[in-house]
Amino acid sequence: MTGFFQSDPVRVALAAGAVTAVVSGVVGVFVVIRGQSFAGHALGDLGTLGGSGAFLANVNPLWGFVGVGAVVAGAMELFGVQRRRGRDVATGVVLGAALGLSALLLYFDTTTSTTTGATITVLFGSLFAASPQAVPEMAGLGAAGVLGVVVVFRPLLLSSVSPDLASARGVPVRAVALGFLVLVGVTVSLTSMVVGTILSPALLIGPAATALRLTRRPGAAMAGAAVIGLIATWAGIVLSYASDHWPPAHRGWPISFFVVAIVFVTYLGVELVARRAR
Amino acid sequence: MSTVVRLEDVDVSFGTRRVLDGVSFSVERAEFVGLIGANGAGKTTIFRVVLGLLSPDRGSVAHLGRHVGYVPQKVVIEPDAPLRARDLVALGIDGERFGVRMPSRARRARVDEMLESVGAAEFADARVGTLSGGEQQRVLIAHALVGNPPLLVMDEPLANLDIKSGHEIVELVARLTKERGLAVLLSAHDMNALLPHMDRVVYLAEGRAVSGTTGEVVRSDVLSELYRYPVRVLDVDGTVVVVGGHDVQVR
Ligand SMILES: Nc1ncnc2c1ncn2[C@@H]1O[C@H](COP(=O)(O)OP(=O)(O)O)[C@@H](O)[C@H]1O
Ligand SMILES: [Mg+2]
Repeated sequence: MTGFFQSDPVRVALAAGAVTAVVSGVVGVFVVIRGQSFAGHALGDLGTLGGSGAFLANVNPLWGFVGVGAVVAGAMELFGVQRRRGRDVATGVVLGAALGLSALLLYFDTTTSTTTGATITVLFGSLFAASPQAVPEMAGLGAAGVLGVVVVFRPLLLSSVSPDLASARGVPVRAVALGFLVLVGVTVSLTSMVVGTILSPALLIGPAATALRLTRRPGAAMAGAAVIGLIATWAGIVLSYASDHWPPAHRGWPISFFVVAIVFVTYLGVELVARRAR
Repeated sequence: MSTVVRLEDVDVSFGTRRVLDGVSFSVERAEFVGLIGANGAGKTTIFRVVLGLLSPDRGSVAHLGRHVGYVPQKVVIEPDAPLRARDLVALGIDGERFGVRMPSRARRARVDEMLESVGAAEFADARVGTLSGGEQQRVLIAHALVGNPPLLVMDEPLANLDIKSGHEIVELVARLTKERGLAVLLSAHDMNALLPHMDRVVYLAEGRAVSGTTGEVVRSDVLSELYRYPVRVLDVDGTVVVVGGHDVQVR
């Protein structure tokens, strides 16, 4: 473990992972409350399109994730109907098309580029490969995400409980929903950087769902989710670093595997304890 | 008497279908008014007009105060939503505002007092989604009233309650009406639970409304005309009961 904290890639990974864990905890709690985990999955899948496109254009995949995430989140809310099921159907239609296009772009990435990393980076995350300048960028996006939730907290909570109650009080329910989905898009971009597009929903939803089993207060749930996400992410980075000489390839295992495994085990443990306590 | 809300000659159509056709009525201070009509009669539509969420095609709505306390028809709160009864009531104070709110002793006291006055103090810290239907109604009433609106509108609050909880809610609302000088408009498709407590009735059928005291409106001839179907108003041991159908036997 010597040199672990001296290593630049490790420091970058720890910082970027922390930012991501915090924002996904805060945003994830509302995703769970609003029953929008499918939208989270969809945004992860669509992020693949942005990430692979960015690679082809030689741009940091983060901006590919963010661009596509924000635009698509907006489109999903605007074209979706008010009811939950209708909204999810709309999401599903967009999804199929985008995944097809992503596959094509990833194919171009691997066939036109000499570096073979595109597919792995986009699908499984790229924290160790992230450049130091990615940290301030991710920190800025993360701060914007947290700030966004803080600003819309009460109207969002009220419209999540009952859109009728909210609109009767003068909350612009659709605008709030649209703004929140854009925040989800940005958050999924960050989780995609950490664990890749495939597993990004797990980091968004897992810690939040776990924290919601533990507390009755929305604020406490957000803090709890951020802490669980942080522990999982940092432990994932350490384990990934430690797995450098593990079989089968004697190359480090991906961070994403460890992060998601820890999130899953934590959820399972809390669920068992919560059931027993009842 | 002072009028808290007055609808005059209100028309509302959806497409070519006229749902409200010249509806007029008013609700006064300290008055409990039942809005009675079958499913699809237009009760929710009237609430949307009263709340300003829907502009009538014709006619006018006049309010004494902008603020209306509202208990919607269907509020489904997941049992694991991280929302305690007191959180939902606090959202009744300033749930529409953006930005941060500093915790304050005064607002906490206000929330506690409100929970107390609707008999919800006992479960103030429970998750709203885990409460029974009657308990949730109490919390929703507290949410609606914590901002001290002059008018409370409740859309079919009894629809999913058992008879006992239904009566308890009606008694609570009747008490709040008198204690606070509140004007209440409460809708139901079955008026039995309301009969002992409501001051006036607004009856809704075929897009038209008839309003008056229960004695004026809850009569066999008036209701049959309104429903366009024979119904009878019976008095069973001092309780007024409305029954419908041709085959009713009256001894
Ligand atoms: N937004 C709408 N668009 C079209 N029709 C509507 C709309 N809202 C209500 N309606 C129709 O208006 C009628 C009255 O509805 P509503 O006010 O909800 O009745 P109630 O609350 O008494 O059951 C119903 O036939 C309903 O289908
Ligand atoms: Mg209705």
